[in-house]
Amino acid sequence: MSKNVLKVENATMQFGGVVAVDNMNLEVNEGEIVSLIGPNGAGKTTAFNVITGVYAPSNGCVWFEGDKIVENYPHGKMQKLYKGQNNGKYSHITAPTPDRITKLGMARTFQNIRLWKSQTVFENVLIAKHLRTTSNLFSATFRLNHAEEKRQREECDELLRVMELDGVRDELATSLPYGQQRRVEIARALATQPKLLLLDEPAAGMNPQETDELTAFIGKIRDNFKLTVFLIEHHMDLVMDISDRIYVLDFGKLIASGTPEEIQNNQRVIDAYLGVSNDA
Amino acid sequence: MKKNNQRQGLITAGIVIVLLAVLVLLDNAAWVPPMLLTVLRKGVIYALVAVSMNLLNGFTGLFSLGQAGFMLLGAYSYAVLTIPVENQTAIYQQFKNGGLHFSITESLTNVMGEFGTLIGVIICLIIAGAVAALFAYLIGLPVLRLKSDYLAIATLGFAEILRALVQFEKLGPVTNGSNLLYGFTSFSNFQIGTLHLGTVMPFLFSGACIWIVVLLINSTYGRAFKAIRDDEVAAEAMGINLAKHKRMSFVISSFFAGISGGLLAMYQASVQAVTFKSAMTYEILLIVVIGGIGSITGSILASFLFVGCSEWWLRFLDNTTVVSLNGKIASVIVICVAIVGVVALIFWRNRKKAFADKRNTIFLTLIVGAVLLAGQIKFAISSSLQLPLLRSGFRMVIFSIVIMIMVLFFSKGIMGDRELPDLLQKRRNAKAAKASKGGDAQ
Repeated sequence: MSKNVLKVENATMQFGGVVAVDNMNLEVNEGEIVSLIGPNGAGKTTAFNVITGVYAPSNGCVWFEGDKIVENYPHGKMQKLYKGQNNGKYSHITAPTPDRITKLGMARTFQNIRLWKSQTVFENVLIAKHLRTTSNLFSATFRLNHAEEKRQREECDELLRVMELDGVRDELATSLPYGQQRRVEIARALATQPKLLLLDEPAAGMNPQETDELTAFIGKIRDNFKLTVFLIEHHMDLVMDISDRIYVLDFGKLIASGTPEEIQNNQRVIDAYLGVSNDA
Repeated sequence: MKKNNQRQGLITAGIVIVLLAVLVLLDNAAWVPPMLLTVLRKGVIYALVAVSMNLLNGFTGLFSLGQAGFMLLGAYSYAVLTIPVENQTAIYQQFKNGGLHFSITESLTNVMGEFGTLIGVIICLIIAGAVAALFAYLIGLPVLRLKSDYLAIATLGFAEILRALVQFEKLGPVTNGSNLLYGFTSFSNFQIGTLHLGTVMPFLFSGACIWIVVLLINSTYGRAFKAIRDDEVAAEAMGINLAKHKRMSFVISSFFAGISGGLLAMYQASVQAVTFKSAMTYEILLIVVIGGIGSITGSILASFLFVGCSEWWLRFLDNTTVVSLNGKIASVIVICVAIVGVVALIFWRNRKKAFADKRNTIFLTLIVGAVLLAGQIKFAISSSLQLPLLRSGFRMVIFSIVIMIMVLFFSKGIMGDRELPDLLQKRRNAKAAKASKGGDAQ
């Protein structure tokens, strides 16, 4: 049994009175491709934001490679409002900013593409290397770090070649077609040298052919970079093709988990997606 | 690639040497109008402030309006540290036993002579920058949590507080209250024998600072700043520590603003808190906007243009009377041409619209133009030499109108977010592409 890379424990995210993620427990093991699916508004992106530190959860914790990286409990205003479970189980506040979580080795992409718009494809990838720089302000300004700079540039060129983006290296990133912009975003995430890659709807807005390409591609980068992949997706073809395991989220609660076959035959999942008829 | 770099380096070095030689020549030639030297000196100092503001506003995306405050800190730090001891009793006459009772430049001059003065000035300028940077660090801790307009308001307020604080009577023994500080080492002190270096020195100091900023912007940290400007959320998700990098940018920007404050003190040969009003920040903001937000060369060009216009080229608008008939005719012709030109420009811009759409614009333009022209003709046939419209201060009215037109029609500024070398490079590439195309055709 391989060890788990990511473990989310009793995570609850409550905005005012709305419980967006309710007592979520999930594990992602090393080398796996795990999907998180669910109807619109189920709380998938919120779950991602809790994991990557954009939001501190209202209660619960997140483990990454055996270390507790995020922990929170209802306090302050939330103390009175809190509707979730496991109240009182946690007593520490660990809420790192997203950049520190990325530095630990967890990189993400965004549902609505967020590339740096005035930069070229190459620069987009190169900037993502900034967090691994060892040079300080002085040595960077006076070019005392040219060895490191050169190495970073070579790594970026290599990455672009693997991602089949070397043809558009010097184009403005936002001038590319949609599918390629997605790939630039993945390349940018890979440039931070992650162990766990979080993809937020990588196939959103893609046509079937692009989706097929992406499916092959995700498997390829997993093997190439020895990654663990955790993704949110709506395209069931893609999810069923590449996932080792699937979690299903509905109204903030995990309603099912298992292999693609198990999920396909799970009555609760079918109900969540298609609805339950009243006269049944 | 390497050869190309070497060639570029040689070209740059050549340009710099020629520029410095020309400046030395201008400094020492008798026929040079003194206004030109003023514009060059003040322009290059403003260029440094504009670049420092551009680093913050254009490259990191933090809209800050505290530049005048940091310049004030730099100017006062520089002045207080360099006033010679024997002048201090006279300058601080309002405050008993005022002044620091030592002067860095003076002590170093006593030890090392002329060379010591230069070293002393450099040390004091760096201290001036460091003081501004220290204050920027402290104020940045709370203020940099704010975004866009709120940050601008907070920094503007901070600059005003600094100005009030410097004028505070209890600090008088150091800052001389709201009185003038003068008599310290200024640009006129720089000369070798009879060779004046008063214009070369600000260019050297500012040039070195701007060069450092350019290096910084092209380094890995500069790229991180640009990422924060383009998309903060993505930058944070890609591991760029927002708080750290924003603070870094703010402190560096203030450091160079402090140095330029010191340079401005040297240029004016006196320091008074009143000059560092928020109006000064707006002037600098204007330079940044006119030059193009996110363009270093744009800021430099715009600062010379701005200083040239406000100090020199538009001066004639402040004259209320002409001396002779020739002057009268010339002024009438110039103003008539300007009026007709503007009217023609408005017509030309509207040439494609249907008459019904442009009727109001056309009538308004014609009426205003006719009234102005009638005024000029009346002046031309009358015997008075008193110019109509022109009053002292009219220069600023025209200047504001020019800026309004500029911002309305060229909202990206002179350079947009490009640099001068980029443009040259593009032209060269276009030429190369054309040449290769021609080759194919044959």
